[in-house]
Parts: sequence; structure tokens; C-alpha cells
Amino acid sequence: MLINHPLLGPRDAAEFTYMGDANLLHRPDWEAEDALQQFTDYGYLRDNPAGLHRELWFHEGGDRSWLVVTRDTTTHEVTAVELARDVARREGRSE
Amino acid sequence: MMRYSGFKVIKEALTGHRGWGATWRDPEPKSDYDIIIIGGGGHGLATAYYLAKVYGQKRIAVLEKGWIGGGNVGRNTTIIRSNYLLDGNEPFYEFSLKLWEGLEQDLNYNAMVSQRGILNLIHTDAQRDAFIRRGNAMILNGADADLLTTKQIKERYPFLNTNNARFPIKGGLAQHRGGTVRHDAVAWGYARGADQLGVDIIQNCEVTGFLIENGVCSGVETSRGTIKAKKVASCVAGSSSRVMEKAGMRLPIESHVLQAFVSEGLKPVLPGVITFGAGHFYCSQSDKGGLVFGGDIDGYNSYAQRGNLPVVEDVCEGGMAIFPMLGRARLLRMWGGIMDMSMDGSPIIDRTHIEGLYFNGGWCYGGFKATPASGYVYAHLLARDEPHPTATAYRFDRFNRGLMIDEKGMGNQPNLH
Ligand SMILES: Cc1cc2nc3c(=O)[nH]c(=O)nc-3n(C[C@H](O)[C@H](O)[C@H](O)COP(=O)(O)OP(=O)(O)OC[C@H]3O[C@@H](n4cnc5c(N)ncnc54)[C@H](O)[C@@H]3O)c2cc1C
Repeated sequence: MLINHPLLGPRDAAEFTYMGDANLLHRPDWEAEDALQQFTDYGYLRDNPAGLHRELWFHEGGDRSWLVVTRDTTTHEVTAVELARDVARREGRSE
Repeated sequence: MMRYSGFKVIKEALTGHRGWGATWRDPEPKSDYDIIIIGGGGHGLATAYYLAKVYGQKRIAVLEKGWIGGGNVGRNTTIIRSNYLLDGNEPFYEFSLKLWEGLEQDLNYNAMVSQRGILNLIHTDAQRDAFIRRGNAMILNGADADLLTTKQIKERYPFLNTNNARFPIKGGLAQHRGGTVRHDAVAWGYARGADQLGVDIIQNCEVTGFLIENGVCSGVETSRGTIKAKKVASCVAGSSSRVMEKAGMRLPIESHVLQAFVSEGLKPVLPGVITFGAGHFYCSQSDKGGLVFGGDIDGYNSYAQRGNLPVVEDVCEGGMAIFPMLGRARLLRMWGGIMDMSMDGSPIIDRTHIEGLYFNGGWCYGGFKATPASGYVYAHLLARDEPHPTATAYRFDRFNRGLMIDEKGMGNQPNLH
């Protein structure tokens, strides 16, 4: 499996550590009324789709950036790769 | 009802093998049942068998989207053992190993249960301490465990490289009652046993939805029409999230691919199951002579039933580190199966919040050994609506109550279990 790193070009997936569903970027608000339930869901429940999946890959054996990779779990085809930082900013996680 | 025996084999041999007949029926689905089991893998078929045999239930159907035995029950590396540490697990797996020991007589079916023993190798002092603790936990739960010295290991397995510079072998924890079983025969044996007790095994019947109204499940939609039932029991291993999604549930499960490998057939060289303790590699020899081996899951979500090359390399490196002789064998086949990796590495066997809908899954890479007990305790839950004494910890709510059963102490990272 090759991951087309936005800065480094195509890299072997073996250089990366897989960190799961990219929805993990959206940590719940600890002050919310139902924070306990939200954190349980965040920590333990997953969509686990068969088909397109947005997921976090950490370039541990490379530039140590975090990526959001869109990949088809039924074929392993990678269709989009972005820096997680850009995705997080776009989705309002940080300034 | 046909019974297998030595006499029958001789009789059929002399009469041209014309009297065998089908091993189970191929019935049309009825419009309603008392209990529907979704998934004709080892666990689903065992559940149906024990429901009919032990719990006296009637009007049971197993719905399988493909053919029975086409899932992980026919793809695994066939190892059985009960060498777990934690209280939530060990009594259950030991119950399973005891059921394996009587399975063939119970089913009148040769499943080639072979208690050739399993050896977990030790490579460091810390690992020895951990294995001694595990061995003691096993013995406390009525299982067998035996700590072997390097000298004993060398005598039994002279081909092991005990002096690998990085991973010297410092001993091992053996469970002599562990071993291997012919995996397909487990599916077929349970199918035949269940069929003879009146269970309808319906193949090519995919469940596509649930009939749920006011929080009560009253049946399923399938590719062969609507089928009503008082109780619906999901048992679909790697497809758990896809099936339960149709009931509006999200699960503490990720699906991952695990690969397995088999070499060309060799003369007997490997007497038991051996696992490498410094990397992840395990190996046994099948009765046909192939070395059957595997290692880690690939580590990313997958439903593809095939893996990638980095894991192949990693597994083979692990193998070469302890069994230099492996390098002389040629690889015959490799394949992958989809694992229902749970958040703590342990299974779930529980009711759901929907009345009449039950769930069994989260078996990770280790559900084959659990097949008899999984079926037995799931049947208990379905028949009595309360958990079997060996399976009380396998609850859905253990995650929000902080009662994880995390054998490896890895936390909620499914690809690390
Ligand atoms: C390579 C590999 C090696 C393994 N090695 C070992 C080992 O050495 N020891 C061990 O203990 N375990 C091992 N396992 C794990 C073990 O195989 C599984 O945990 C176990 O087989 C899962 O239970 P099952 O047999 O019921 O699953 P399956 O056989 O996968 O049964 C599930 C069934 O559900 C069906 N299904 C899915 N969706 C639907 C639907 N919508 N409608 C109807 N039917 C549906 C599927 O077609 C399938 O037949 C291994 C697994 C793999 C892949």
C-alpha cells in the first residue's frame, strides 16, 4: 500500500503507524452535560464502514506528520491524503 | 439419521460408496422461527447445535449469506488452547477446551482434534515472570500449564535456534492439552449435528435488515424474503459492524485483516504448536504436512480478505529467527480473513438494548478455539436470558463501566490486541 504524502510524495505504508478513524480528531467537550457518554462513545464506538474510510496515519518512520487518509476498506485503494493539521483547522478544531 | 463408524466405512467401500447421502438437508426458509441465528460460521452452527441439544429449543434456523464454513472458521490456523490470564477469560476458554476434548464423540464426527501441545517461548527474564504468573492463573482455573527450561525445549524441539543473538530462548510455557483441530470439520460436524436435531441451515440467505418496532425485534429481512422470529441472534464475526448497523447500532469493534500462510507438504518435522515470544510468529504442521503459520494482523481497517507485503516480511522474519529450517520450505498459499477486533481484545456475548436481539462477536484473531464454548454460552443466553457462569464478563456495558478485559494491557486500540 502506498500513501501519497502531501509533502513527501508516495511513501510505503509500512513507514506509518495506523491510528484509526479520523473522527478521533473531534474530541468531545469535557464540559458538556453528557460528557461521560460522549467520551465513552468517542473512546470505544466506531463506524467501521465497508467502503470509504477516513483515517489517521502517523508518519512515525518519516517526518512525524499526522495524515488524514481516505481509503476504501474493501479494496485498500487510497483516494485522498491530507495533512491532519489542515483537516483539523478546516473542521474548526484549532486556529 | 446416518451414523459414522468403522463398519460403515468398510461397508461403503465394498458397495461403491453409494450409500452416504447428504450430510445435512437444504431446506427452504419457513416464514417464522423461534430463534434465528445470523451467520453459519463455527459459532453460529455451534449455537444452533447446543440450543437444540442442551437447551431443548425447537424451530431454530441458521441463516448464512454464502456457504457454511466460508468465513473465518474455514480460514484460521486452527489452534486451540486455554492459556489466558484474566478471570473474565480463563474459565470460559478452559470450558471450551474441555468441550473440544469430548467433541468428536458428542457429534459422532471426526474433527481431527489433536492435543499435540502448544509452547509459548520465553526470551527475557521479565517475560518469564509474566508467563509464570499466567501459568499459575491457568492452573488456578483448572487448566494445565508447564514451565519448560531451555534444556527441556532443546530435547523436544532440537531444530529451534535457542542462541539467536537478539532473541535467545530462555524457556517456555507449555500447555500440553492445547493443539489443533481440522477447522472445516468443525463447521461440518456442528452443521450435521444441528441438522439432525431439526435445525434449518439455510445457505445463500443474506440478512439485509431487521424488523424492529418500539424497541422490539421480531425478525429479519433477507435476500430470500422476510423471516419472523421471537429471538434474533447475530453471530457474524468480521461482519459484525455491518450487520448491527442495520439495527442502528455502533459497536466497540474495528474490522482488520489477518493473514495466514502454508508451506508445501513436508515430512513430519514439527511436533506441536510453537509461538515466538519476541515478535509475533506461530507455527504448526498440518496432517497433510504443510507448515501453517502466521503473525500479526495488518493493522488497518479492512474488509478485503487479503493483506499486504510488510506483514508477510515481518512474519517470515519472526519465523527465521527461531526456525532457521523454515527458510528451506517453499510457501504454497497465503490468504486473509476479516477479524472483528474489539476495543479490549475480548469478545462480547450479550443482549442488546433492542428486545429480542442478541449479539456475539469481537473475537479478534482468537475465536476458533472458542467455538464450542461460544456456541454453548450463547445458547444459554438465548434460552435462559441470562449469561452462562463462564461468560458473565462479556458484556456490552463493560466499556462505559471501566471493566475492560484487556489481556495484553493495550487500551482501546484494536490493532494492538
Ligand atoms: C488467518 C486467520 C487465522 C486465525 N487463527 C486462529 C487460531 O489459530 N486460533 C483461534 O482460536 N482463532 C483463529 N482465528 C480466528 C477465528 O477464525 C475466528 O475468530 C472465528 O472463526 C470467528 O467465528 P465464526 O467461525 O463464527 O466466524 P465465520 O466463519 O466468519 O462466520 C461468520 C459467518 O457470518 C456470515 N455472514 C456475514 N454477514 C452475514 C449476513 N448479513 N447474513 C447472513 N450471514 C452473514 C459469513 O458469511 C460467515 O460465514 C483466525 C482467523 C484468521 C482469519
